[in-house]
Amino acid sequence: MNIRPRAVLGAFVICMLSASWAEAQSSDGVIDRIRSRGAISIGYRDSSIPFSYVDAQGKPQGYSNDICLEVAQTVKSAIGLTDLQIKMVPVNLQNRIPLVANGTVDISCESAVNTIARQSQVDFSYPFFISQTRLLVKSKSGIVELKDLDGKAIALPINSVPERLIKSLIEKDKLNVRVVAVKDNAEGFLALSTDRVDAFSTDDILLFGLRSKAPTPSDYSVVGAPLSYDSYGLLVQKNSTVFLSLVNATLSRMARDGRLQKLYEKWFVPIDVPLSPVLATVLKIIAIPE
Amino acid sequence: MNYSWNWSVLVQDPYAQWLVWGLAMTMTISVAALAIALVVGTGVGVLHSSHNRVAGVMTGIYVSVFRNVPLLLQMFLWFFVVPEILPGGAGRWLKRDLPHPEIVTAIVALGLFTGSRIAVQVSAGIDAVPRGQRAAARATGLSAWQAYRFVLLPQAVRIIIPPLTSEILTIFKNSSIALTIGVYELTAQTQQIQSITYQGFEAFTAATVIYVAIALAVTLMMRRVENWTALPGTISGGVHVRF
Repeated sequence: MNIRPRAVLGAFVICMLSASWAEAQSSDGVIDRIRSRGAISIGYRDSSIPFSYVDAQGKPQGYSNDICLEVAQTVKSAIGLTDLQIKMVPVNLQNRIPLVANGTVDISCESAVNTIARQSQVDFSYPFFISQTRLLVKSKSGIVELKDLDGKAIALPINSVPERLIKSLIEKDKLNVRVVAVKDNAEGFLALSTDRVDAFSTDDILLFGLRSKAPTPSDYSVVGAPLSYDSYGLLVQKNSTVFLSLVNATLSRMARDGRLQKLYEKWFVPIDVPLSPVLATVLKIIAIPE
Repeated sequence: MNYSWNWSVLVQDPYAQWLVWGLAMTMTISVAALAIALVVGTGVGVLHSSHNRVAGVMTGIYVSVFRNVPLLLQMFLWFFVVPEILPGGAGRWLKRDLPHPEIVTAIVALGLFTGSRIAVQVSAGIDAVPRGQRAAARATGLSAWQAYRFVLLPQAVRIIIPPLTSEILTIFKNSSIALTIGVYELTAQTQQIQSITYQGFEAFTAATVIYVAIALAVTLMMRRVENWTALPGTISGGVHVRF
């Protein structure tokens, strides 16, 4: 009578230990959170076209969004859930990193550039897009390169990576260019279209997006040699290796079977941005076998 | 939360310097805008209380427009829209040739916005001076101008010191809206530190402390002014204990 409870208890302890040992290999904070909530929360942006934006019906859409729906499928089958809810959480430039860091958002799917400084707060997935800093100018202006702006004015998004880059290039080449800091891309375009400035510079993909929305797109051109190389990644909580590897496995699989290229065509061909050789190479590199 | 705190960014180069520049820019915009606001506010407030019908309508329009349109929108209108409405040459001068158009625009927009609010206070302050004062001033042979200068305004200004203190506090806080047209004031510099270091909480904490310090300094200064100018036996004469 005395022995049996102990045996049961012992067996129970062994089971618990072995269970947690097995868990340790296939689980981390994010996976545990998704499992316990039965839901994955995906961060989206309202106007990062065509990566992550809200359509006329108020539904999040976009290239990054489509990738993350695949990630959710991978996670669902990897942890063996029959039902996984998808919770869409709006994020913005200011709060996306804190929200991923504090676990409000499991994965932020928009257009975040992978930088060493950002890696101190969050981890990044494999790259799924490469953007380059270039110039948007009026077609008739004859401006082709940054040096053509000597004695002229340029609009740059306030507190952005392109802003710091262009300012340092202006300083390095000792150009006399007046910088007008603007709050967002719409204001940058407004400054260019009202002749307050002669060029607006930021990620070329965003410039193509602005150009495609202009009343007469042919009045504007995206010009200049690429001034930077920025790779976009999905943001996940730091040190969530199991979750991150599921995210990367999804990207690899999609790159391998051509679905990522298909998605690219779906979102970027309509705005007239063909797959660049650089991105084509990157998609080959991330296509790691199973 | 997985946030790695790093308070040392606040004393690192160049971030400490950015905060100092931001503070200097915030002070410059706020103080310059305050000067405009006090001049315009007093002028409009006096005109509004003068019982002249034309002046009443004109000042009423100014106050309604500038007090009721959000400051953010006003900054935007002054910066982007006004140069387009003006004739080509003037618009171009505002956009291209004026030195630091964004700072000048911010000062004018903030000054005129706050001026409309101060005008209401000045006018209410003048109305609050006992009616007999105006009558007595005129009866002793003072002109309307002299009555305002020697009798009504000195008393009205004393009455409105408490709401004026709030307005001065607000102008310092509202100056942060200048960042939307590209002025690197304190809040913009804070965001810049965040966008480079990703240590946003530290930077915003620093900005918060600086804004609170400015507000406390203004409050203490205005309280001294109030005590120093108090006239015993008038409505504004008591020494009030308040925030």
